[in-house]
Amino acid sequence: MAGQEQQQPQARDTEVDEDVPAAPPAPAEAQASAATQGVDDLLDEIDGVLESNAEEFVRAFVQKGGQ
Amino acid sequence: MGGAMRVMGSETEYGIHAPSAPGANATMMSARVIQAYAQVTRMRAAGGAETRWDYTDEEPLHDARGWTLERSAAAPEQLTDQPPVLDAEAVALAYGRDELEHDGEDESGTLLMNMVLGNGARLYVDHAHPEYSSPEVTNPRDAVAWDAAGDLVALAAVRRLAADPELPPINLYKNNTDNKSVSYGSHENYLMPRAVPFGDIVRGLTPFFVTRQIICGAGRVGLGQDSSRPGYQISQRADFFETEVGLETTIRRPIINTRDEPHATADKYRRLHVIIGDANLSQASNYLKFGSTAMVLSLIEAGLAPRVEVHEPVAALQAISHDTSLTATLRLLDGRRITALDLQWIYFEAAAKHAQDTGVADAVDGDGHTHAVLERWQSTLTELGSDRAAAATSVDWLAKLSLLEGYRQRDGLGWDDARLGLVDLQWADIRPEKGLYHRLLARDRMQRVVDEAMIARAATEPPSDTRAYFRGRCVSRFGTDLVGASWDSVIFDVPGRGRLQRVPTREPLRGTEALTGVLFARHREAGPFLAELLGLSPGS
Repeated sequence: MAGQEQQQPQARDTEVDEDVPAAPPAPAEAQASAATQGVDDLLDEIDGVLESNAEEFVRAFVQKGGQ
Repeated sequence: MGGAMRVMGSETEYGIHAPSAPGANATMMSARVIQAYAQVTRMRAAGGAETRWDYTDEEPLHDARGWTLERSAAAPEQLTDQPPVLDAEAVALAYGRDELEHDGEDESGTLLMNMVLGNGARLYVDHAHPEYSSPEVTNPRDAVAWDAAGDLVALAAVRRLAADPELPPINLYKNNTDNKSVSYGSHENYLMPRAVPFGDIVRGLTPFFVTRQIICGAGRVGLGQDSSRPGYQISQRADFFETEVGLETTIRRPIINTRDEPHATADKYRRLHVIIGDANLSQASNYLKFGSTAMVLSLIEAGLAPRVEVHEPVAALQAISHDTSLTATLRLLDGRRITALDLQWIYFEAAAKHAQDTGVADAVDGDGHTHAVLERWQSTLTELGSDRAAAATSVDWLAKLSLLEGYRQRDGLGWDDARLGLVDLQWADIRPEKGLYHRLLARDRMQRVVDEAMIARAATEPPSDTRAYFRGRCVSRFGTDLVGASWDSVIFDVPGRGRLQRVPTREPLRGTEALTGVLFARHREAGPFLAELLGLSPGS
């Protein structure tokens, strides 16, 4: 099989404390504002691709029955 | 086989919409999609990589509980064993003569409604939607690849239509409802030994199906079949299910579907037809949908399914879908009240133990798939309980919800705002530049299970390790010499031979590259290929 599973870091076992000295954490406020910035950028991008006239577009999406 | 390994496949009915042609007939538009893809493949392969469907083994009225529904008692849309040909007469009846005049017909005078593709899949018009049925694969990672390949097939058709100045552009959506009381399906198929009693399947699967939506629900804006109540829910499909067990797929939808059409040697196998899933864009949700379900089926076959029974499963299914906090409890028949997450953990623990006992999940000596499924299943359940932001990079309904919450917070939108309905719909647009799932994927906000190259290859190449290899290679290599194909047959019409030659492929794990690759390597012409094959029938 040619596909490569790309494993993401696992969240489990995080309760085990490790003796590795942690890097000084970024101030919580800065982290939060970076996250907010990321969401704002994303929403700005999506604003640009959303169909215009949401109400009409959604109303016109009418499907016939399927399985 | 065993663990997460199993012959499996997916079916996707796409939502279809032509914004510039409101009211356009959905069956006609769906036929145009099939037609457009036929044009794409004709350009790709001089041999004409398209083949008609062979209906002789379709048995939509056979019930797994041991009886056959009378044709007269069946709803018309259940009669899926007759070729739906959209011929000139039907077009004229439905649209008037004018429509017929400027509509694209193929050489035979009828619109193509059905194709078998070079990747082993089937692409056809199902009722009023284009449907892609993936080729048979043997593991959940391949299931994700060949399911996503269907989105590329659909995209190629959409592009082709968009480039045609004579026809209105058509959008396709990988979702399951128009939010106006209509639902259309996304189905899974799993091969099982016929010896497993159907009652065991019902008992073992029902609690799992009621709750697996928390890992593979696709999310939906609106509550109730017609979305009359504002809100957000976990599953696209939950509100459309009305009964626990049954044969129908379009009305009175059951949690466990009993259609018994094995498309294989009937006394050895059953094909479990699962109709309760959502169509997934998230690869991780799709992977877990196939992987965890395959593992639960292995538990059932071993007689080791968790002994839990949910009180009123249909109501529980909907209550869980409506609770995005994951705190609602469902009642078990033994009196316990537990959450959907608790119930998924019960199934996970049982599956993990069984996999460990049989050795299939061993990181070195295992089957190469079960270990990865268990890891992802466990990490996803852990995140759903304690780190929803992390889960939102892999779980379909949570990813969509976090995008919607971004809009709600920024613009102060209520759940009944049309813009949130549009985000929900456009999430599922299969075009990478318009589809919101695809925008998140492009920003690496969604995890990948298979890479782009593998999906692109799966759109044209069959899996190597099932009979889909034989079917797909026959279509690509000998397209002009085939008169039909189906899941369990390929029919040749070779010049110089007096009659048609039907090659049965009733064993899903034969017709593989290992068994037939050398034949394809040796023969460029159908005649000699067939002559040698007849001494080495790939499916018998």
